[in-house]
Order: sequence, then structure tokens, then C-alpha cells
Amino acid sequence: MYVAVKGGEKAIDEAHAWLAHERRGDPATPVLDTAQIREQLTLSCYRVMAEGSLYDLDLAALAIKQARGDLIEAIFLIRAYRTTLPRFGVSAPIDTSAMLCLRRISATFKDAPGGQLLGPTFDYTHRLLDFTLLANGEAPLKRDERDSLAKGMASQSAEPLARVSDILGNDALLQAEPTGDEAPGDLTREPLEFPADRALRLQSLSRADEGFALSLAYSTQRGYGRNHPFIGELRVGVVEVSMEIPELGFSVVIGEMTVTECETVNQFVGSRKQPAQFTRGYGLTFGHTERKAIAMALLDRALRWEELGEDNVGAPAQDAEFVLSHADNIQATGFLEHIKLPHYVDFQSELELVRRLRAEAGQ
Amino acid sequence: MNPILEVSGITRRYGDRIGCADISFDLYPGEVMGIVGESGSGKSTLLNCLAGELIPDAGRILFDSRAEGVCDLLDLSEMQRRVLSRIELAFVHQNPRDGLRMGVSAGGNVGERLMGVGQRHYGNIREQALSWLERVEIPADRIDDRPSQFSGGMQQRLQIARNLVTSPRLVFMDEPTGGLDVSVQARLLDLLRGLVREMGLSAIVVTHDLAVVRLLADRILVMKSGQVVESGLTDQVLDDPHHPYTQLLVASVLQA
Amino acid sequence: MSDYNFAYLDEQTKRMIRRALLKAIAVPGYQVPFASREMPMPYGWGTGGVQVTASTLVPEDVLKVIDQGADDTTNAVSIRRFFEVTAGVETTTEVPVATLIQTRHRVPETPLTEGQIIVYQVPIPEPLRFLEPRETETRKMHSLGEYGLMHVKLYEDIARHGEIATTYAYPARVSSGYVMDPSPIPKFDNPKLDHSPAIQLFGAGREQRIYALPPWTSVQSLDFEDHPFDPSRADGECALCGSKDSYLDEVITDDAGGRMFICSDTDYCARRSEGAA
Repeated sequence: MYVAVKGGEKAIDEAHAWLAHERRGDPATPVLDTAQIREQLTLSCYRVMAEGSLYDLDLAALAIKQARGDLIEAIFLIRAYRTTLPRFGVSAPIDTSAMLCLRRISATFKDAPGGQLLGPTFDYTHRLLDFTLLANGEAPLKRDERDSLAKGMASQSAEPLARVSDILGNDALLQAEPTGDEAPGDLTREPLEFPADRALRLQSLSRADEGFALSLAYSTQRGYGRNHPFIGELRVGVVEVSMEIPELGFSVVIGEMTVTECETVNQFVGSRKQPAQFTRGYGLTFGHTERKAIAMALLDRALRWEELGEDNVGAPAQDAEFVLSHADNIQATGFLEHIKLPHYVDFQSELELVRRLRAEAGQ
Repeated sequence: MNPILEVSGITRRYGDRIGCADISFDLYPGEVMGIVGESGSGKSTLLNCLAGELIPDAGRILFDSRAEGVCDLLDLSEMQRRVLSRIELAFVHQNPRDGLRMGVSAGGNVGERLMGVGQRHYGNIREQALSWLERVEIPADRIDDRPSQFSGGMQQRLQIARNLVTSPRLVFMDEPTGGLDVSVQARLLDLLRGLVREMGLSAIVVTHDLAVVRLLADRILVMKSGQVVESGLTDQVLDDPHHPYTQLLVASVLQA
Repeated sequence: MSDYNFAYLDEQTKRMIRRALLKAIAVPGYQVPFASREMPMPYGWGTGGVQVTASTLVPEDVLKVIDQGADDTTNAVSIRRFFEVTAGVETTTEVPVATLIQTRHRVPETPLTEGQIIVYQVPIPEPLRFLEPRETETRKMHSLGEYGLMHVKLYEDIARHGEIATTYAYPARVSSGYVMDPSPIPKFDNPKLDHSPAIQLFGAGREQRIYALPPWTSVQSLDFEDHPFDPSRADGECALCGSKDSYLDEVITDDAGGRMFICSDTDYCARRSEGAA
């Protein structure tokens, strides 16, 4: 017998044992605690929650640990776990106007009611490696720094802030979004079919791969479906999640979560009869994931070309079927990596054909 | 003789702007109708309405089909319409890229309609493709080449062969010689004229080029701002134009 | 793992998949959209088949899982184990004993019988996909029966190579209706689909499609009258069991170009060898 035919079971067991060994790394180093991942690699956890479509920081931390830090693998673990969870019901829509913001900025106005709140951002850091961290040292904050931070944090999250888009919307400068009570489709419960409406597109984008969304959004900025976005408002903070309990007849708050919301204000449309107006793109993601939320808003706006009467310039970001069919990294990575599986039966049939064709050509 | 096509009251608006308004005419078997006018006159809107690429806001398009008798093209289901388009109707686009499969060989391009109507004999399909390539003056040894390796004139001739292989009753042509060199245009027009006569084709040809209609069309419609301003036998209209706009068109050609 | 429901999926999800399966059986060859779930194995590794199996499986079933015809290729082992743990069903390698067979890339050589179910893992369910990338357009082509383009592809093959150069995932027409992708089985296996007494179910997880062939359904591989379908295989016989009719894998035996052929269907080969011994 030759090895490839037998021994599959044993090979898998040994590979798994080796994987577990590698995951642990050098036993001389301390074991990584999921609480450490949750508290110190929070942004990784947020990405895993956003793309895994499951809001649970502890599970995200566990997934990252189990996946040896491979975030797509961690997202995959979360998605597979999500499949097994029964669905009890649907929450009320979250109200992001009532968000207690950690961060809220607008690029369209110098200031906005409530102010520009930078919050915990990398934006203005100098990207210099901090070798104190390498030495495992944390320079503690000085007392006055600590006091000032505590004061700032308390004041920033105390009151909901007016939305910049509402301010523009009040003067009809910004196109109103259609309202309605119609329940949006659910692409985790129904197969995605085309054409997909905006609610479905947004769902898909919200859990889309960050890298894919980023690059496509970037392509719109470089002219492939350009839509001149301004960040009307980017806000990150905590919202309440409530659910109507039929037995009670009213809504009950069942928890709170951190989300990132981005509204872009884009190139106006207008004609002689229809006064010019700004249009918008929208992004909303779990956790503090602002790169993703901004990319989502740009893509949302690019995909709206048809309803806004714009030209299809053939840009990838305008093609809903292309964008939505390829945005999910779990689908993408699965199919990409499946070519590692044996394909020797198909290859054998190709081999026969090529041999025969070559033999015939030689005659 | 019954008309092959009876068009009545075709109207198409783009918002407030009129594409074409209340167009009516009859086309008889074996007849070629030329539709002329400058760009924006509504001639392409009309052609696209007739060919099913655009849905008009009002009007009727009665077509005398081989399979179903007289039917209104606008009332057909998409399935019936597609079947008709594969067999009895044809559309020659201005840009051959819109009418050809650029990734498929010349033979495959001509054979597609035959396979679409159920032909399943490779040898027969290939024979018909060869005979059609010969008719449109494409050398037989180019049958396995892709259209991307062809010159513009050759691509256009291939598009014509691909369309005519199932002997359609009615052919729509949108600026069939547009974008070609003058010498290539003349040869293509000759070829088209020969095929129209030989096959007894009925055709509607949209063009801004009066030389094309003079050579191909029995009758013409002159369009301006979405309306037909003058119609009649080609020679009469071109030799003795009545409407000032037609006079302008004719005069501008003479100056050129 | 014992915390999970029987065969992993919750009952709601199974009901949804069963509805899709019933529709698929009722309209043979039609691709039914279904809300595929994320499974604990990656898309492209058999999630469609696994979901179909999970929704079809009952505790009395005897399950066989193969990949490339073999019971002990790694992915077959992994999927079989998954159901051993989550469903606790009995498993087997023997075709006649199995009530449900999940497969990737092969149809067993041993003829299937009435009452058996075979589940195919499908990567790309759309036979027109590589001719027309748009789902909206291919669905229309199916609904209108516009399959001319499919034959254009076969025409091009013959024009270029002198014969149809599709060797696996060879398209077939179901009961003179829909054209289907039989999954990437070698075309050698296509005739086994035709008038099979077993229920044949096809699951594509990533692409969210299920389709099916009820027992005794006509499945005709596309061809031309003068270039008829040819289910060819490697010339030769199995070095282990001597079969001249089974589909063969080529095994490289040394680095001097030595090779031998053996049955791709390990169960068939093993049982023939035993019978001979």
C-alpha cells in the first residue's frame, strides 16, 4: 500500500496535536489569558465581532486565542458558533442619535454642537515604535494627566450629541433617507438574491472583509466610481439594545454595545426642477472599527448610482453583484483554500485528455 | 400584400424630454426603410423601441411572424420575445463588440444562433458557418480565429453573418457602417445590398449618412426632435426634399 | 461537542433546508436558493453537502463519506468524524451497507440501490457560470431554456482540439429540461447519474444552492450528434484488484517516472480484492 491511500485519520490527529503545540508556543512564556486579549487587543476583538456578526467580546477573544491570532480564522470560528445559536427574536432598531460617544468628529464643519471629540484615536499619533512596550514597561500617567483624562472621559460620554446629518437635513441640504416600518431582509436567514435592496447591501457590507471593503472604497477615491465623499460624521460609542417582550407589551433594555457609525456627505445631485442636494453614504459596524465603517459608507454610496440617476461607469464598486458576491471573507477564504484539498480525480481526467491530444498531434 | 411590420403611435419620453413621439409607419416584406436624422433626433430611440431594447410609453408594434402570425411585439412575454429574436429578428449593432462574442471563434459566433435553435450536428453547423463566412467574404481559414484578431470591417461582416444565418424576416441595423474607413464602408454597403436583395430581407436601417440610405433604402423617414418631419420613396425625398430640415440635410451632404 | 443538536444544525435550519430539498426534488435540476449557514468547516470543503447530509440524516442511518473515491482521504475522514461526533450515527465504507453517502468528486463504482441517498458536494452549481458570470443573467437563461451558449463552448472545444475537452463537471440535461452541473465528478461518472435508483442531492454551501435528481430521472450529457459523449477513462487495469472497468488513479511509484494505476474507489477495490482472495 502507498501512504496517500491510508493513514488519513492518523495524519489528521497528528496535525491537530502539532497545531495545539504551536498555538501554545514556548511553555517558558506565560499562557495568554483571554481577558488580556479582550482588554489589550480590543481592536482585534472588535474586528472579529464585526465580521463574525456576533457581539461578544469574550468569545471574540477566545476565537483569537484559539486561532493563534489569525483574525479570519477567528471570524470563521465565531460564524460557525453563531450558526448553532437559536434565534429568540429581533431587537428594536438601535438609536445611534442616543449614543454616548467616545469619539465624534465631523470633517464638514469646523465645529458642531457638542464639539469635535477625538476620543481614543491613533489619528494624530506619530507612528514610532515604543520600545518601552517591548521592555514590558508601561510608563504610568502622571497624576495631572490622569485627572484630566478622567474628567474628559466623564464629560464626553455623559450626553447624547446632535447628529451633523440632522443639522444639514433640517435645511433639506441633505437628501432625506426613505423611512418605513418594513422589516429589512436578513441575509443570514435568506439566500442573497439580486438585485439586492439597500438594506441587504448594507448588511452584507457591515460584515464584509475589512481589507476588501477598504480597497474597493479606495478605488472609488482614485476615480473608479468617484463620489466625492466628506465625512459628515463619524461617531463611536455605546448604544442600548432593547427588545419588545410580547408578554410585557413594552420594550426592555437587554444590553448595550459599542458601535461605529459613519455618514458621508457626497456630491450633490440636482437639476433645473430639482434643487441641488447632498446625498449620503452610510456605514455602521460593531465595535470600534472606523476604517471599516468609512469604507462601508463609501461603498454604500457608490452602489446607489442607479437610484440617484448617476452613470454606471463600469467601476467595480458600482457593481452590486460583484461587490456583494465577493465581500465575505469566510466564503472567499474557504473557496480559495479548498484548492489545497485533493483534486487528483479531476486532474487525472485532464491528464488523460492532454496525453491523448498530444499523441494525436504527434501523429 | 400584408405589411411585415405595422408601427403605430410609438412614443418614448425620458422624463420631460421627448425621445420620439407618435411614430407610425408600415414596412412591407422585402422592403428596406431608412431612418435618418442628426444625433438627438430620436432615430436611435425609435430603433431601440422597435428592437425591444427600450420599452415605449405608448404605441403598438405588430409583427407578422412566421411562427405565431401577427402579434404585438410589446405584448409578448420575454420568453416569446427571445425566441423571436433568435429566429425571426436580427440586430446589427454599430459597434461589432456589442453584437459579437469576442472570446469565441468566428465559426462559434456564426454557429451560436443555429445551436440556440436546437441544431446539434457539429459538421452541419460548421458547414453552414463556412458558407456564411464565404458569403461575407471572410476567408475560410479564419474560421477558428477570434474576432479580436479581425479588422473592423471584417468584424462587422462577421456580425452580419452571425445575424443572418437563421434567415431572419426582419433586420434592425444601427449605423452599420459607422466607425469604418470610407473604402471599407463602400465594400460593406455593397455586400449588404447584395444580401438584402438575394434574401429578400426586410430591414430598418438607422443612419446619419444619406449615402447609406440612398444605396440601401427603398423608403425613408426623416426625423427631427423626436418627430417624423418627412417620409417617402428615398429618391423622391432626397432629390426633391420638401421640409426645410430635409433640405438642410441634403444640402449639407452636397457641400461636403 | 455533545452540547450541539443532532447533526449540529438546529431544527429550524434543518426544516428550512428540507423545504429547499423538497422543492429541488419536485423540479429536477433546478437550483433552489437556500440560506446556507456557516459550518465549522470552510466553504469549498463540503459545507453544502454537510448541510444537506445534516438535514437528511436520521439516527438509524449508516453513513459513508468519500472524497476522490476514497474513504480515508483527509477531508472524508474529517467530515465522517464530524457526523460521528455530532450525530452519533453508524458509519461504514461499504456502499451496499450505507443508507446515505456523501461524496466529493466521485460516484461509487458499486451501483446504488433504491432507498439510498447520495449527497454531492458542489463548488460551483451553475453550469453556465464560466460562460456568463452574472447570476441574474444565468437564472434568466435557465428560465428561458437558452442553452445555445453551452453548445458554443463544446463547439469551440471541437474546433480547437478535435474533441470535447471538458473532462469533469461535464454538463448534463435533466429530463430534457434544466442543464445541470453534476459537480466535479469525472465525466466517466456521468452515466451513473442517469436513471439512478437512488435519490441524488446536490449541495453548494458558499453559493447557497441546492438541486436534486429524484430516482429514475433521465440525465443526458450534452454533446453533438456527430461527436457523441464519450465517458473515457485511463487505459489500463487496477494493479491491486485487476479491474478493467473502474476509474483509475495514477500513482507515481518512484522518482524515475515509474507509475501504476489503482482504483480510485477504495471500497470497490478492497471488496474485489477480498472476493478474489
